[in-house]
Amino acid sequence: MAFLDKHKALERNVTLLAIFAFIVVAIGGLVQITPLFWLENTIEDVEGMRPYTPLELTGRDIYIREGCYVCHSQMIRTMRDEVERYGHYSLAAESKYDHPFQWGSKRTGPDLARVGWRGYSDEWHVDHLRNPQSVVPVSVMPKYGFLEDRLIDGKYIQDLMKTHRLVGVPYTDEMIENAAADFAAQADPDSDFDGLVARYPKTQVRNFDGAAGISEMDALIAYLQMLGTLVDFSTFTPVANR
Amino acid sequence: MAKQSKKQDQNTNNDPNTTGHVWDGIEEFNNPLPRWWLWTLYACIIWAVIYSIAYPAWPGIKSATPGLLGWSSRGDVAADIAAAEAANQGINDKLVAADIVSITDNQELAGYAKTAGAAVFLTWCAQCHGSGAAGAKGYPNLLDNDWLWGGDIEAVHTTISHGIRDETDDDTRFSQMPAFGEILEPAEIEQVANYVISLTGTPPDAQMAAAGETVFMDNCAACHTEDGTGDREFGAPNLADAIWLYGGDFDTVKQTITNSRFGVMPAWSGRLTEAQVRAVATYVHQLGGGE
Repeated sequence: MAFLDKHKALERNVTLLAIFAFIVVAIGGLVQITPLFWLENTIEDVEGMRPYTPLELTGRDIYIREGCYVCHSQMIRTMRDEVERYGHYSLAAESKYDHPFQWGSKRTGPDLARVGWRGYSDEWHVDHLRNPQSVVPVSVMPKYGFLEDRLIDGKYIQDLMKTHRLVGVPYTDEMIENAAADFAAQADPDSDFDGLVARYPKTQVRNFDGAAGISEMDALIAYLQMLGTLVDFSTFTPVANR
Repeated sequence: MAKQSKKQDQNTNNDPNTTGHVWDGIEEFNNPLPRWWLWTLYACIIWAVIYSIAYPAWPGIKSATPGLLGWSSRGDVAADIAAAEAANQGINDKLVAADIVSITDNQELAGYAKTAGAAVFLTWCAQCHGSGAAGAKGYPNLLDNDWLWGGDIEAVHTTISHGIRDETDDDTRFSQMPAFGEILEPAEIEQVANYVISLTGTPPDAQMAAAGETVFMDNCAACHTEDGTGDREFGAPNLADAIWLYGGDFDTVKQTITNSRFGVMPAWSGRLTEAQVRAVATYVHQLGGGE
């Protein structure tokens, strides 16, 4: 067994073993990962997707900070029960501006991929975040009322957006230039938000938590109310073989 | 070693049942794999080959092999949904075609609508109105006889279809109580709060309640009517029935008058089918308070 004899050389030299182990693992990885960059079903383009607005992006960071993904998924699977419960199944394109994606792996609470589309009022979100049990008595979700008291100013929003641009989110120079203004405009229905809505179609401009100032509650609700609203499924027809 | 077990004993001294590998005097057995295990392995390998031919499997440059069966997860769920829809098509068509007020009298339709409506309710309505429809603070109880916008099945159907104060629906039910904190003096607000409580209970201050009657007639009676029974035309709540949406204690009533309330219900006609709306309207209507 000449082949096995040569194997002995690998087993007796740790550096050589490490190099060859790396090569073998790399082949496995390449076979699995590289096709994803070309496969049509992973790069399907869907009309309506846009990068997050500054306020939504901030809300998304709060969502991640609070670990919402631990109990909530954002991934509606292609099964009838899921579609009837949560809405149209998720498309890969709907997470294309997510860094990192929030698909989650476990549902202690419900899936949130289309929670904005489902129609909850802002008041409900405020009530529910303050005290989830006040509207859903059986809920085991913790209370997040403190978000109301934490005012935010969007000081680093420009840097955050630049970082997202660095990893491939197509924020334009104009978007980055207006980051702070857009951040403030979205939570103030009396502001001049035409530019914001032009840059980010379908942006909802409201005082989300109903209180003065921009709080973390505003940002989080802005993010939640946007989820699942960008792709218009009355006009989008999924290609069946994807 | 002095005391070796019998088995070890058997396998030393160049036992043919070893691989011939020796490390520090330890030899490696070369027992064959159990047959059942080996055949299971071979069967799995054959199964994997067949499976990867029948179903989408091997990734190429642009797409993966589609598989002989032409299966796709999207096609699968679409077929599942189509099958469920087809199964309910007949009765759903009847439900949509029926005169809405006659649904409750038609045993077949009412039975179906109640069951289907209960499922719709738990999926879409329970978050606010509660899984038992008893509501919560700010979210109306649907079990009682108190209706803001009307409790006959047509009114319930309209409310579900178009929502309440939903900006995205042109036919939504809309009204807005003024925030009287900007209109009345603080003392007047306390008076009228006392008066409103006195309609159904004992106010904290009877003297103020008496004074509040004038304030009520001047400011509130236009929508809530002079006897406080409310007006469904404007969704103005009945204040004379001791059923409170936000709370009937003095502080809450005062807060309601000062800041007003603006409860929102989404319009469901865009998310649910007409059959689903009719089913859940029938379900809500038969919960106890239907008129």
